[in-house]
Amino acid sequence: MIVLVKQVPDTKNVTGEVMKPDGTVNRNALAAIFNPEDLNALEMALDLKQRYGGEVIVITMGPPRAADILKDSLCRGADRAILLSDRRFAASDTLATSYSIAQAILTRLMPFDLVLCGRQAIDGDTAQVGPQCADKLGIPQVTFADKVLDYDGGVFRIRRDLGRAQELVEAKAPLLVTVPKTANSPRWPNAHLLLKYRRARSGFELEAEAKRLGKKVDEVQQDLASKNLFIETWGAEDIGAELVRIGISGSPTKVKKVENVVLAGANLKLFKPDDAGVRELVNELVEERTFG
Amino acid sequence: MAHGDVWVYAEVDDGKIADVSLELLGKGKELAGTLDVQLGAILLGHKTRDLAAVLFAHGADVVYAGEHASLEHYTTLPYARVVTEVIREHKPEIVLYGASPQGRDLAPRVASALKTGLTADCTDLQIGSYESSGRVYQQKLLQVRPAWGGNIIATIVSPDVLPEMATVREGVMHIPEPVEGRQGKLVDVPVHLDGEAELVRVIEHHRQPRRVDLRSANIIVSGGYGMGTKENFALLHELASVVGGAAVGASRAAVDAGFIHQDHQVGQTGTTVRPKLYIACGISGAVQHRAGMEESAKIMAINNDPSAPIFQIAHYGIVGDVREVVPRLIKALKGKL
Repeated sequence: MIVLVKQVPDTKNVTGEVMKPDGTVNRNALAAIFNPEDLNALEMALDLKQRYGGEVIVITMGPPRAADILKDSLCRGADRAILLSDRRFAASDTLATSYSIAQAILTRLMPFDLVLCGRQAIDGDTAQVGPQCADKLGIPQVTFADKVLDYDGGVFRIRRDLGRAQELVEAKAPLLVTVPKTANSPRWPNAHLLLKYRRARSGFELEAEAKRLGKKVDEVQQDLASKNLFIETWGAEDIGAELVRIGISGSPTKVKKVENVVLAGANLKLFKPDDAGVRELVNELVEERTFG
Repeated sequence: MAHGDVWVYAEVDDGKIADVSLELLGKGKELAGTLDVQLGAILLGHKTRDLAAVLFAHGADVVYAGEHASLEHYTTLPYARVVTEVIREHKPEIVLYGASPQGRDLAPRVASALKTGLTADCTDLQIGSYESSGRVYQQKLLQVRPAWGGNIIATIVSPDVLPEMATVREGVMHIPEPVEGRQGKLVDVPVHLDGEAELVRVIEHHRQPRRVDLRSANIIVSGGYGMGTKENFALLHELASVVGGAAVGASRAAVDAGFIHQDHQVGQTGTTVRPKLYIACGISGAVQHRAGMEESAKIMAINNDPSAPIFQIAHYGIVGDVREVVPRLIKALKGKL
């Protein structure tokens, strides 16, 4: 099983501290977190592993610091973690992102039974990368996969929650599912694993680690890998990516402009919270025919 | 340079054309008018051809209809294949989908197969120019959407690829007045499938009608986390019934707290509404909530926090405890109406 995860700015917790004086959000001040629904996808994978066995591989594409959510995944029970990181992946839209991730899977992680990802990420809310990966992997997809009821003879029975409808589907492996937040409650990192993976390092951290230990980089990497503490770190060449299909050149969509949302400021008319104030307000609304 | 047509993917929901697809026909007609091209619609299913008349009545000039027993229920692979092939053959300029569960399942798959751009969950669409590295692209689809949890509004273009594609949020565009008997051209779409339908099979499909119809309500009484308890929410039901014909809405925080069912949720992940009057009780007015109600004709806010953002978009405000103010409002209305 392969779980696609993403590190995102915490857009749901926009507090006063990240608001600029003009009422807009200082995006750089937002904390980087594990995309919430990707945690639901990881939980679903870990649960399936407990029920049916298998290995849980977590992969993310992002800057070097995205290794944080991979370490977090290992501490929650993932078996293997891969960081897809290269400056040339920067500014990817969903098409280029799905190409890079699918390329990593096709070149280095075959075969698999199931790819899982969160329904959508809270920064872009596009919900596109999952289905676009499925297309490039040439496999079917089941979006809004709320529960995997069972897996038997290469067929998953899955309940989908479509908001206004529920659906039960049977889908043949290999398959990609996207997982909504209603699917489960993600487990917490395990204390044992936290201790163990405290020392996990990505490819970007090897040099500093080697310096600290007074060893050669290769030696440190081998040592970490032998203890499953090395987070494999792949760039564009490692996955045989066509450079025209990654990053900005692989992204057909361009941002023309970005406007910060500023509160409109209606002409607020305040009324007192007592009986007289409330009556006055009701009278005004009746007079202007909003009521009645 | 001649443009291709503007197309809408017509989603069939319980034997009817989904509202969001009708909304898109209205917007699509406007875009097609600007580009001086025709408005097309893709209609797939099994024994759904009669619905073409509804699409014509709502502005479609051409309906591309594909019928097959394997298309009776929507499943990704057969639908994605047929849509991809009909786009390849007829080369539309623009293809719009509803940002419904079905549209958001289908559109990315088609975009990936066509290696074209796709913008998710747009709230506005226009035709305009785009300039990049000294090159000016004329008459491109400007796709406007909120991002970063609604804190920014981005305008996206796909300048170098065709078709330009977007999914559009439900309830944001207006359904055009149908013109009964309006005619159009019906084009048969051949359906070739090679076992795609066997990979995922729908065993059961239950529809759950919404408990409340927020979109057609003239007045919405809406409660947030500030209501405090599920019991206090009963006050809002009472207020709604006193007003007469009002629906009860809620913020996401109230839904998450278990005060009321999710069907009542207004906002970015709930329903988009624009009633005559929106009464926000104990709602702070987070950007995700405002995205779903700020186009209401009038907004009344009751909140004990005078600095709550809701007051910045409200027309009428009362700073006070909702548990005291709402009963007074009920009393005052009983005397008036």
